[in-house]
Amino acid sequence: MSTPEPEKAFEAPWHGQVFALTVALSEAGHFAWPEWAAVFSARLEADGQERELDGSEDYYVAWVAALEEMLVDKGIAEAGLMTQMKALWTEAFLSTPHGEAVKIGG
Amino acid sequence: MPHDHDHPHSLLPSDPELRVKALESILVEKGLVDPDALAELIDTYEHKIGPKNGARVVAKAWSDPEYHARLMTDATAAIAELGFVGRQSEHVVAVENTPEQHNLVVCTLCSCYPWAILGIPPSWYKSDAYRARAVREPRAVLAEFGVELGADQAVRVWDSTAEVRYLVVPMRPEGSAGMSEDDLVELVSRNAMIGTALAGAVA
Repeated sequence: MSTPEPEKAFEAPWHGQVFALTVALSEAGHFAWPEWAAVFSARLEADGQERELDGSEDYYVAWVAALEEMLVDKGIAEAGLMTQMKALWTEAFLSTPHGEAVKIGG
Repeated sequence: MPHDHDHPHSLLPSDPELRVKALESILVEKGLVDPDALAELIDTYEHKIGPKNGARVVAKAWSDPEYHARLMTDATAAIAELGFVGRQSEHVVAVENTPEQHNLVVCTLCSCYPWAILGIPPSWYKSDAYRARAVREPRAVLAEFGVELGADQAVRVWDSTAEVRYLVVPMRPEGSAGMSEDDLVELVSRNAMIGTALAGAVA
């Protein structure tokens, strides 16, 4: 628990990305931070029932799931659209030659 | 994921990473977030905000009795004086270590933390183990972090929330009497401001 930590704010770029999306949406007034904390802590608790969370990757996996839930609850984005958009990105990664920038939607 | 075939396509990111990309595309397309603002936010937390901000607050409180008084009365305002302003308009409360009481901060629900002065919390702060044990057996947790408390020094655990976050003001180390504020900053680690360390010894 007290191992020396790498002093990087985010261990992977997507950790920072999902953090920034959430902060930006909250600052724009789509939800208050305590509302977010309630949804996120419920998700952490549910995930923690299945296995002990170490607070790194698994923490941000829970964060992503909580943000998806929040967007659906708030009527900001539907689950179907998220699935569809994820499929588009998957396809884009699989069809883009290595080394080129991966984009969706041409 | 094993990747031993020879198709020249890009490596497929992990499931959560693809989901984040999907969310970002959706939110940008709807005009709900601005990609430049996102990049700016990430840059801020990666490079501009971190425990040095909090260390500056502590060093000033050690050096300036009037600032110390303001910090203990209204930490949010005292911290804002130095230009560190929270993004979620959260309220910060400063709790001061004394020979009688050591303070330890946790967020048992998720990972509430004073971002504006400490940056993004370390993994251990977000782990189930710390979140559960800091409350249940704080002395054992502190011992694992190498913090030895006096036999009659009490431990008080502060559970952060989305609205109230805590800053531990460690005890000023012995032998630091003549030190400048800039030098004092170097003695204040992130963990000392969470309560899982003491201020550094004077070299």
